Amino acid sequence: PVMTIRDALNSAMDEEMVRDPNVFVLGEEVGEYQGAYKVTKGLLQKFGPERVLDTPITEAGFTGIAVGAAFGGVKPVCEFMTFNFAMQAIDHIINSAAKTHYMSAGQISCPVVFRGPNGAAAGVGAQHSQCFAAWYSSCPGLKVVSPWSADDCRGLLKAAIRDPDPVVFLENELLYGEEFALSPEAMSADFLIPFGQAKIEKEGTDVTIVAHSKMVGYSLKAAEELAKSGINAEVINLRSIRPLDRTTLAASARKTGRVVSVEEGWPQCGVGAEIAAVLMEDAFDYLDAPVERITGADVPTPYAANLENMAFPKVDDIIRVAKRTMYRATA
Amino acid sequence: DAPITIELPRPYDTHLCEPPSTTVTTTPAEIEKFFKTTYLMRRMEIACDVLYKGKFIRGFCHLYDGQEAIIVGIEAALTWNDSIVTSYRDHCTHLGRGGNVKEVIAELLGKAPGCSKGNGGSMHMYRKETNFYGGNGIVGAQVPLGAGLAFGHKYRNDNCVAITMYGDGAANQGQIFEAMNMAALWDLPCIFVCENNHYGMGTAEWRSAKSPEYYKRGDYIPGIKIDGMDCLSVKQGFAFAKEFALKNGPIIVEADTYRYHGHSMSDPGSTYRTRDEISGVRQERDPVDRMRKLLIDVVGTSPDQIKAWEKELRKEVDDAVEFAKNAPLPPDAQLYENIYVDGKGIEARGVEISNVNVLG
Repeated sequence: PVMTIRDALNSAMDEEMVRDPNVFVLGEEVGEYQGAYKVTKGLLQKFGPERVLDTPITEAGFTGIAVGAAFGGVKPVCEFMTFNFAMQAIDHIINSAAKTHYMSAGQISCPVVFRGPNGAAAGVGAQHSQCFAAWYSSCPGLKVVSPWSADDCRGLLKAAIRDPDPVVFLENELLYGEEFALSPEAMSADFLIPFGQAKIEKEGTDVTIVAHSKMVGYSLKAAEELAKSGINAEVINLRSIRPLDRTTLAASARKTGRVVSVEEGWPQCGVGAEIAAVLMEDAFDYLDAPVERITGADVPTPYAANLENMAFPKVDDIIRVAKRTMYRATA
Repeated sequence: DAPITIELPRPYDTHLCEPPSTTVTTTPAEIEKFFKTTYLMRRMEIACDVLYKGKFIRGFCHLYDGQEAIIVGIEAALTWNDSIVTSYRDHCTHLGRGGNVKEVIAELLGKAPGCSKGNGGSMHMYRKETNFYGGNGIVGAQVPLGAGLAFGHKYRNDNCVAITMYGDGAANQGQIFEAMNMAALWDLPCIFVCENNHYGMGTAEWRSAKSPEYYKRGDYIPGIKIDGMDCLSVKQGFAFAKEFALKNGPIIVEADTYRYHGHSMSDPGSTYRTRDEISGVRQERDPVDRMRKLLIDVVGTSPDQIKAWEKELRKEVDDAVEFAKNAPLPPDAQLYENIYVDGKGIEARGVEISNVNVLG
């Protein structure tokens, strides 16, 4: 069977709300409007206004309320219309949600899921088109996941909702309408993907391409093209940014000796920068070429289509850089 | 061009201040200008709707049709030395500050002659030379910025005010109350303007606000509610508000208005309100029709003359659309310009390390 990302997320929330009456959803336009991107479609009708709450456009307030509710033992799924707006509330995500378990010496936990679209969108300019994976993954106390496929979405969101800690769940607006084949096990209501385990989407021997979210699809396309040049690329879908699966990364680097990371976020202190550091620590002696990072360009996102096109990675960039790590001509 | 006095159809409601008179002095030339400007804005926004549906405009696009009288009335009462900052619904704010239709539409098409050279898009228009500071994509974020602009006016003692505009949806944002508190503490010449179009995205005001009397929501800050569908009511209200703010500090102006389109282009605008409601406002309160009616009934302008003006203004919009379609794209090098005023030689990468751009 196939399923869109939107339906995968929707069905995961639906099933978890059926399973656990403590789970509720809040956010802007999640109820009567059926979700700004229709990810919560039908939930109000099924679960009623006590469990699907439309909030005013007040992120700091409703995020604080979600965190407080989680402290008290209910389980909020807090939707941000986009993670760009979560910046209005980042104090509660970092200072309230992430740290209270530690500060209270384990007395108070915070089982909240913060979810919504993240990363580059199309034609929406600098304030609405950016990736926050690196920001949140820097913060101890948070768990940060970034799904790509429909399997990822179902398994990771269900695991996030059942997790006892605050989880930042980074979706991608441009993937919502995309269909993916769903594995038989992913159709189970108890299908959970453990955090901290990357998935090898394609095995290979010559070069490792590591990506998360939409860039996984780009990396697989690049791998197909590289195969035509006789290069057998391994493609790793990180799935989880924190915890980061160092074991899989290092094992792959030891096998291929060459690693390219791909993300839409900015280069400095980005996810790729962390991967490069991890490989220095865990696989230095096995590397045959410098780790390469493909990232969003080091600029605020421009509006004009031609400039925006230059600002984010494309399949061709991955092919070119992968070949460079193989010391092969790009032509 | 002899002065005319007109009795406003609706009185002002106020909070902690005496209302201004409902008798407004205007002139035939002013009414003509109000008609032409509201009509031009209306046609521009309709052209944007068409361009969006034709996929010439990308991303988010929030239209101002229905609300034109607010900007037109504000600009009649203030000068361009007064500052203004607004939300993402900013196309007509740019026109009000002296921008032209060509620059707005070119920006929407991501072209080089756009008012932000294609960097900004629909939500990020600016015109520094006339003190227009955007255009902000984050709900409510512009409100403290406007209080800061007011701080600057007071600091420089230049006898000007700052206008900081937000919608009824944004009116519940905490940062608005934080900004209001400081504006009141420090007597800033700030006019907080709540453009109440009654829907924050798809949520009716009563579903998001415990009190939808936005002009009273400043508590200790005086407020006035005006008919935001009528240029003359807005002009008179803002002349009052400016004088008040310069003398006393901040004031809230709630402009009762209506947006004909949905919140943005992805919202049909018809799922959370009735078609009857929309057509009722169009028939009874339309800001363009009001000025047209004043021209005919009070000024004595002939319908043929009005039709001729409309034709000219439609042509201005059509020409701007053609101009924008034919305009060049921004040059590639622009991707790395204006990240800093002084880039100090920072090396900004492209998507990978072989493309390094030194920021001057």
